[in-house]
Amino acid sequence: MAESAIIHVTQELLEGPAGTPMSYWQLVWWRLRRDTVTLTAAAVILCIVLSALLAPSLAPHKPFEGSIRKRLAPIGTAGHLLGTDEQGRDMLSRLLFGGRLSLLAGVVPVCIALLAGSTLGIVAGFMGRGVNMLIMRSMDIFYAFPSVLLAIAISGALGAGVGNTIIALSIVFTPPITRIAESVTTQVRGWEFMEAARASGAGTGAIIRHHMIANVLAPIFVYASTLVSVSVILASGLSFLGLGASPPNPEWGLMLNTLRQSIYVNTWVPILPGMMIFLTSMAFNLLSDGLRDAMDVRL
Amino acid sequence: MWSYILRRLLFGIPTLLGVTIIVFTLLHLAPGDPISSMLPADAPLEVVLMIKQQMGFDKPLPVQYWRWLTRVAHGDLGNSLATRRPVLNEIRAALGNTFLLAISAACIGFTMGVTLGTTAAFFQGRWLDKAVSAVAIAGVSLPHYWVAILLIIVFSVTLNWLPAMGMQETSGGSSLWTLLRHMILPSIALSLIPMGVITRMVRTSVLEVLQQDFVLTLRSKGLWARTVTRHVMKNAAPPVLTLMGLQFGYLLGGSVLVETVFSWPGSGFLLNLAIFQRDIPMLQGVILVLATFFVMLNLLVDIVHSCIDPRIRRT
Repeated sequence: MAESAIIHVTQELLEGPAGTPMSYWQLVWWRLRRDTVTLTAAAVILCIVLSALLAPSLAPHKPFEGSIRKRLAPIGTAGHLLGTDEQGRDMLSRLLFGGRLSLLAGVVPVCIALLAGSTLGIVAGFMGRGVNMLIMRSMDIFYAFPSVLLAIAISGALGAGVGNTIIALSIVFTPPITRIAESVTTQVRGWEFMEAARASGAGTGAIIRHHMIANVLAPIFVYASTLVSVSVILASGLSFLGLGASPPNPEWGLMLNTLRQSIYVNTWVPILPGMMIFLTSMAFNLLSDGLRDAMDVRL
Repeated sequence: MWSYILRRLLFGIPTLLGVTIIVFTLLHLAPGDPISSMLPADAPLEVVLMIKQQMGFDKPLPVQYWRWLTRVAHGDLGNSLATRRPVLNEIRAALGNTFLLAISAACIGFTMGVTLGTTAAFFQGRWLDKAVSAVAIAGVSLPHYWVAILLIIVFSVTLNWLPAMGMQETSGGSSLWTLLRHMILPSIALSLIPMGVITRMVRTSVLEVLQQDFVLTLRSKGLWARTVTRHVMKNAAPPVLTLMGLQFGYLLGGSVLVETVFSWPGSGFLLNLAIFQRDIPMLQGVILVLATFFVMLNLLVDIVHSCIDPRIRRT
């Protein structure tokens, strides 16, 4: 699969959908504008991100403010639209605030891994031989672990905390991104214009900066975007196990875990945090699928 | 053929060594001293030093690694800090339970995945294809620990049909029937991800084969649809089989969350327990054993793959 991760110059690109020639990015945008599913997914993500950012002004209550008398109120209670949790705290407010840590712990690791993985992969692919061997074989070792297990092992050893979750997940996602980056770079290196650049006297640094990056970044970026949804699920999963955010901080995975004990009392409130994780992960999945199609990248 | 298998086996050795290095490093990733979790905070310095010496923590790291590795190679994973019993015995008991769950989840997920994926490919672009693709993308987007809770809410709390936790009834004897009843919900929760992943892969794989010229030839020769399907499936199988092997490995290693929700006494549950008791030998043991299984599974998949598709032996 990875071997063919190259942007394909299609008929569309040559002629342009409206008869006029378009640049690559114009074409990507042209395709995206027609893809309602992807646009909806992007809108959902935008809403979730905005509601997390604007939580202090949107939330009807303070996320830490509980009341023993109002514990586990059902959905639709006056004053508490989505009910309350096991300590009488307003669910809607906590879900809004919860997005902050959940999104942070889900998105940041992929960004770090994208930076580390593409650097390692491009260097490995460009230098070849010994350097390639060294980098790629050490990445192979991480493939000996199922990703969930590796994430749990690292953050279990490091101890609880959102920072440790981010470290653990960054380590988990770096090897796959490195692999893709290496295989794409190796392919692009064989193209004729690379040889032309070298023949005209360009140095290694200049070639990587001017010719390599632009050609390999799109497939690497698309691949990394597919990892965001997994990362969101895993980050909340680590919190669910008690390895991520610590109480009383609102975080979707952690909320799901503490509310789990209450399903016999109030059946439906406990499923809300999980619904948010699902919604976020689904939106990211659809968006990355749409991006892949629009950017015409094959992975 | 045999030279390929031998070469693959030899490649497995450095991987396994790398695994042991990572697992060994885990101990030293832990904040503070490896022994600080075993002793009370006010333990006198002499005692701390004595225990350090006893356990070999005063030696340089490479020496410690070598000692640990030789012990592991002899099948000695040390004793659990929490129960004082050999780690290997505890893992052996739990691993069987995890396998049981992984196998039943794999049966459900793989069957559903192949059926749905093939259907979607043959009906490409029509509403059935779109519906299946939606199901598949939901399958890979669902947090399976949440689905586990949903299943408990619906089938245990609301309908009271199936048990919510454990492997056996607390009272009364054990029978195959009660075991099966306990397995249903966790297996379904675990099967969603492989179902989604396999569906998408089968769909792409079958579509690719369907576009090849030989399918047109077979059809124009007037062969039955069933015969054509058989040829298509045979050609679409290798990448799907590889993925199934990987997915089975993920089921073994990834069942921690679902096992925790259902209190299923498997290796994931053990791992979760080990993390909270800061039982590092147990943590290392579980991860080492699971990773070893995963490496062997990958090997097996590669070998099976090379039997089906001899072309890859040359690369």
